[in-house]
Amino acid sequence: MKWFVLSQSGRILFPWLIVLSLIVLYRGHNLPGGGFIGGLLGAAAFILVGLGDGMDEARRRLRLSPVTILGIGLGFAILSGLPGLFGDKESYFVDQWLPDFSLPLLGEMHIGTPLVFDVGVYIVVVGFVLHTVFSLEFLAQTDSREELNETGGEEEEEEDS
Amino acid sequence: MPALLIICPAIILLAGLLAPPLRKVFGERVGYVLCLGPFTALALLLSQEGYVGSGEGLFYSLEWFAALGVSLDFRLDGLAFMMAVLVSGIGGFITIYAQGYMHGHPQLGRFYLYLMAFMAAMVGIVLADNLILLFIFWELTSITSYLLIGFNHESKEARWKSLQALLVTGLGAMAMLAGFVLLANVTGTWRISEMNHLGELVQASPFYSAIIILVLIGAFTKSAQVPFHFWLPNAMAGPTPVSAFLHSATMVKAGVFLIARINPTLSGSGLWEYTLAIFGSLTLLLAMFLGLFQKDVKAILAYTTLGVLGVLTMLLGIGSSYAIKAMVVFLVGHALYKATLFMVVGSIDHETGTRDVTLLRGLRKLMPISAVAGGLAALSMSGLPPFFGFIGKELIYKAGVALNGFEIAFLAAALLGNLVMMGLALKAGIGPFFGPPNHEALPKKPHEAPWPMWIGPIVLAVLGLVIDLFPFWVTDFMVAPAVSAIKGTELAQLDLALWHLVKPNLPLLLSGLTVLGGFFVFLNRARFWALSDGVLRTIRPYGAEAVYERIFNATIWFSKAQTRWLQTGRLHDYVFNIVGATVILVGWALLRFTDALPAVDPASFDLGIALLVLLMVVASVMAISSDRYFLILGALGTVGFGTALLFAYYGAPDLAITQLMAEALTVVLFMFVIYGLPRIRRYKGRITTGRDALLSVAFGFIVFLLVWLAVDLQFASPVSDTLAAMSYPEAKGRNVVNVILVDFRALDTFGEITVIAAAALGIAALMRSRVEKLFKGEADKK
Repeated sequence: MKWFVLSQSGRILFPWLIVLSLIVLYRGHNLPGGGFIGGLLGAAAFILVGLGDGMDEARRRLRLSPVTILGIGLGFAILSGLPGLFGDKESYFVDQWLPDFSLPLLGEMHIGTPLVFDVGVYIVVVGFVLHTVFSLEFLAQTDSREELNETGGEEEEEEDS
Repeated sequence: MPALLIICPAIILLAGLLAPPLRKVFGERVGYVLCLGPFTALALLLSQEGYVGSGEGLFYSLEWFAALGVSLDFRLDGLAFMMAVLVSGIGGFITIYAQGYMHGHPQLGRFYLYLMAFMAAMVGIVLADNLILLFIFWELTSITSYLLIGFNHESKEARWKSLQALLVTGLGAMAMLAGFVLLANVTGTWRISEMNHLGELVQASPFYSAIIILVLIGAFTKSAQVPFHFWLPNAMAGPTPVSAFLHSATMVKAGVFLIARINPTLSGSGLWEYTLAIFGSLTLLLAMFLGLFQKDVKAILAYTTLGVLGVLTMLLGIGSSYAIKAMVVFLVGHALYKATLFMVVGSIDHETGTRDVTLLRGLRKLMPISAVAGGLAALSMSGLPPFFGFIGKELIYKAGVALNGFEIAFLAAALLGNLVMMGLALKAGIGPFFGPPNHEALPKKPHEAPWPMWIGPIVLAVLGLVIDLFPFWVTDFMVAPAVSAIKGTELAQLDLALWHLVKPNLPLLLSGLTVLGGFFVFLNRARFWALSDGVLRTIRPYGAEAVYERIFNATIWFSKAQTRWLQTGRLHDYVFNIVGATVILVGWALLRFTDALPAVDPASFDLGIALLVLLMVVASVMAISSDRYFLILGALGTVGFGTALLFAYYGAPDLAITQLMAEALTVVLFMFVIYGLPRIRRYKGRITTGRDALLSVAFGFIVFLLVWLAVDLQFASPVSDTLAAMSYPEAKGRNVVNVILVDFRALDTFGEITVIAAAALGIAALMRSRVEKLFKGEADKK
């Protein structure tokens, strides 16, 4: 399934999509965006590459296995809650902030544990989507039709229940 | 140093957690290291004797769930001190003993982990001064004892019996928790030490009877009183060190301990006293009757434990000053000799390969130290002077002769019980060592057990002898504070002594009678064994265990039946059940509680939106009626994108973007599998299809109604306004949706992403065989 346009657009767009997803992730606090959307966008970047150059290429670019990524994401989310334990005020799960500061281009920065938490969400979403996509793609590639007729229906049900 | 109250269980637990790694370092000798845990706790406890002996007690509190009034309250008073000393002291010796007994077992580290965790929980129970904390430790002992009893998990029998122990004690604990909650509601506190001064308040409350019944169900299941007695002899399925520990100082004593602990709050009524006395004496008599016919030494000991628990409960019920004294002395004495006897029996089993009393005799020359320990313990258990058991027995009779009216029945029960118990004690502790040797019939050639296996028994047996000869030591130190704690009164002077002997009196006469009867039982033991199989088989179908089995099987049957009915394994049925239940329940609620539907403002009609919705409806119908995947996919996509547009139009850009992304990804995901999917076929008949269609329409209509109602349903100012107002100042974000997700409600979101991760793992499990193929394929490529 090597289509030139898809393959080339995947190669060109990949870095930009990743950057875009990160921007969406960061801006989420004030404008539409955030970890869920950013994560879906980020995963889409890998899927685009996968559609063009094959999922093995997408896997290579991802480096880590999606399940590992899921774990890392959950780890981020948990860690973001830890500073709140030591905060001086009664706080939510996260809600710990660094002092505000400004950066060129980006303007005033709010960095705090909610952002770290959102990064965790982003990573989990990327891991989940890619795990599912890789698995399904693999299924589609390796299974012969007969095998699926035997077991496919059953699996679908378990997944739903 | 009040903090030691939390250190004691913690240090034992720490030893347990370190057991598996230490096993790797020290190998088989790990027990010598681990016994430092309980022995350190013991030393810490003994160092506090001054506070306890003077009646003050120690308190330690750490804040926990302050809002619920639940905190980590610990208390060291006379009763707690006595129990904690027994648990940690005997626990230390058991730790050493287990090393010899479990020698070479591949899972020694795990065994110690369970044992220490159990020990820590038990110490926790006796030190807890908060009902919730006590309950938590209580349940921990149930769980860890389940692991210990079922330690030989390859054996189906062991698994069944450990499950039985867990179910009986666990279900009892549920009742007990309900009792605790009532008690806390009545008294307004969770602290036992405060409750103990509020006895009158509790007794005046309408819940008094309910509290007693519920709490006693918990205590009776744990301490194996009739009719819950059957789990205890079965708990012998565990390795012998476990039985020795469970039966002597821990687990089964927890119930008696609870009764004693709560006695100042609940005692003072006929209900409390007679319930305890009657169930206790019934337990004693039943245990002795069944014990007579046992041929397994361990079983004999188990039934005597049961009997002792009956005696202790009965004495708590009688509740007089002598009775409580007797109970405390008996408890201490029993802990010492029963631990010894179990360990000795374990050594015999270990060395000879059998526990059958009809085979075991004449071992004294081959196992002299075990013989001494076993003999001393058996004599103490028999209640012969000058052993500690004797003092206990004397006190029981003193308490008994003070009774009058029909209560004399309790004295009769005690006499009969003690008499048989002495016979059983001789059978188990003396029988195997005396008489003509019979070594040829034994499965293994016996010799003395290694020293870790006799050090504990001999120390504990000698201790029993020593404190008996110098009873004043243990009186001030342990017994008097414990008695005052149970009675809820000031410290009393106690005179425990052997020299009541010199004055002839009724209790002494009864003791003499016991001895004669006990010897009679012992000498005629073979007659009972001859009847053994027949009797036990005849009564079994009428026993409590048979009832338990019937309830157990009925539960399994019901569970299977409803699983077969609800969990058909067909996706269609699941969806049908879920949607059907929703329709019925929500529909009922709507009919019941809806007065009028909100009015619709005709001006809000928007042609563009109406067309969009129409398009979505048409697409839905297409999706249902088509049997081609591409068409269905396209139609569903139309609905999805339409929804996204609606979100965008009504000012929810976050939702719209997410919806768009999700739709796009769904299409991509679907593309992968679409080639592999089987052709869509219609399996359903006309009637089923009609039924499903009807349900779907009903469901759609109900959701529609709900949304319509929700438009008008606004109680106070909407929470969204508050959150939106808080969003920037509190969370420095203007996107309130995102602020809610990652800040205000971050814990919820955390739960959600955990679910996502779990779902991914679920997919991984489903794909496992194929994914393994993938890795194999990659490996082959390399």
